[in-house]
Amino acid sequence: MKLDPKQYNKMVRRAAPRSPVLKDCLWAFFVGGTICLLGEGLRNLYLIWYDQELAGTLTSISLIFLAAVCTMLGWYQKLGAKAGAGSLVPITGFANSVVSPAVEFKAEGWVTGVGARIFAIAGPVIAFGTLASWVWGFLYWAMNKG
Amino acid sequence: MAIRKEDTIIFARPPVVAAWAAVGGKREGEGPLGDAFDHLVKDSSFAAEGCKSWEGAESLLQQKCTALCLRKAGISRKEMDLAFAGDLQAQCTASNYTMRQLGMPYAGVYGACSTMAETLGLAACFAAAGYARQTLALTSSHFCAAERQFRTPLDYGGKRTPTAQWTATAAGACLIRPDGAGVPVLSVTFGRVRDLEIRDINNMGAAMMPAAASTILAYFSATSAGPEDFDAILTGDLGEVGSQLLHEEMNRQGCPLPNHRDCGCLLYDITRQHVKAGGSGAGCSAAVLCTLVLPRLRSGEWKRVLFLSTGALMSQTTYLQGESIPGIAHAVELGCSVEEKEGAK
Amino acid sequence: MNYLWAFVVGGLICVLGQLLLDYTSLTPARILTGYVVSGVVLSAVGAYKPLVTFAGAGASVPLLGFGHLLAQGVERAVDEIGLPGIFTGGLTAAAGGITASLVFAILCALIGKSRDQS
Repeated sequence: MKLDPKQYNKMVRRAAPRSPVLKDCLWAFFVGGTICLLGEGLRNLYLIWYDQELAGTLTSISLIFLAAVCTMLGWYQKLGAKAGAGSLVPITGFANSVVSPAVEFKAEGWVTGVGARIFAIAGPVIAFGTLASWVWGFLYWAMNKG
Repeated sequence: MAIRKEDTIIFARPPVVAAWAAVGGKREGEGPLGDAFDHLVKDSSFAAEGCKSWEGAESLLQQKCTALCLRKAGISRKEMDLAFAGDLQAQCTASNYTMRQLGMPYAGVYGACSTMAETLGLAACFAAAGYARQTLALTSSHFCAAERQFRTPLDYGGKRTPTAQWTATAAGACLIRPDGAGVPVLSVTFGRVRDLEIRDINNMGAAMMPAAASTILAYFSATSAGPEDFDAILTGDLGEVGSQLLHEEMNRQGCPLPNHRDCGCLLYDITRQHVKAGGSGAGCSAAVLCTLVLPRLRSGEWKRVLFLSTGALMSQTTYLQGESIPGIAHAVELGCSVEEKEGAK
Repeated sequence: MNYLWAFVVGGLICVLGQLLLDYTSLTPARILTGYVVSGVVLSAVGAYKPLVTFAGAGASVPLLGFGHLLAQGVERAVDEIGLPGIFTGGLTAAAGGITASLVFAILCALIGKSRDQS
């Protein structure tokens, strides 16, 4: 009559409440969409004065600034608790993942706390993104050489 | 002195919980047991006391709770013989820094969320054996200290899964004496580690349930008592998911538990307070013990209770290494207050 | 029209992330890393640039766009300086976003403090 792990894992999967997928997705869609809409508005604004590329960069920087302020005021956490991927996937989510450990680990010192842990969450994104770009760069170079 | 039957230590002359106190935070105060706390802190960071870290805040929570408990017992900290204390922080630092302030003889205990039953059980054994006359059993958890250690920074915007539980900001303290007035500790069952290969760190209730079931069955087997002999059988912090699994498993074992309650579901109003599957943390079962269980046993509303705290014994490191989560549960059998019996004599 | 597509495409990219969160056991950190690497791959096969032209910020604001930025940066650097470009192109293009996050984070740490969630 003893439970074995396989049987128990099945039991747990049955007992665990499911995520309300439709509600989660609606939140993600509207919050994610709104952040992108805001980005598009900013981009069009910057396009009045600057070229495509610079306008894109300034848009990112502006969104990151807004996300940083919202994180510091505790708003981004409240938004994220509802919006899920909607506030996680846009660049504002990246900013939140850099700002929140910086604020949190100030107690452990500027170098050993803030400095050491600022990329604790965003680090993997930068690491593997950069690695992927290096690999693609090499392939691109090899393809164009011939 | 005491009889040992299988895993259960039965006291011939039961030691007593002479006094107790519970301190909680804002969310705990807004819960169903809010009014029963001895003290509720409005600012869980203790900024007014000059506290600069969440770890320090948790220690202040413990100090506040201990002071209240000793005041109710009418003794000073210098009269204390021994303290068993523990918390969720790495190296049990909240308790260590509390004891730096209090200066009692102290043995640190780590049992994750099972710490309340573990320290209470140890204190009862020491009292019954005559090793200490005034023993403190103390534990706490702090949402913010746990969150920054085990999960993500507090301002990080993440969504909790439906099986996740909310770490209570609370502390509970009990003073145990070999005899005298108080709620008697009738027996103690220290649990065995159980691991059914649950790896989801957001489903602790499921990871701890097998340990709870195993300890309850071990106690019943040793004492030949059954669920019907108790006013309530309480588990620490299985939450809604773990509780449901416990019922399923106990039914399967032919030992249904109709009078089972889970501290994780008692501390908060789950539908209203957005705590997903319920409360957790060492402070969760400690708070429910000191605000609900002990008062009811003292008033005579309840006569006999089996109180379990359940703990998940992983660390962030073993979790990342892909290890499964071992669970443990300790049981303390509590009886009705002696005061009443003495009054009847 | 641009605004509508920015909203819809950006929203849908987020919905995909939410489905991964709800239906798989992938953690947010893994999903974000996967998004950036996928962005690089999609850009490399030439699929992402048309989406950015079509949806603007709807495609460039989600982290897939960050991957696209890295891939475009490395292509340009290779075009300009050849092989050494594979070491400089990616991060040069992403420098604005990373530096902005870093600087604002430190400023926030200077002013703000960690707070309880209740």
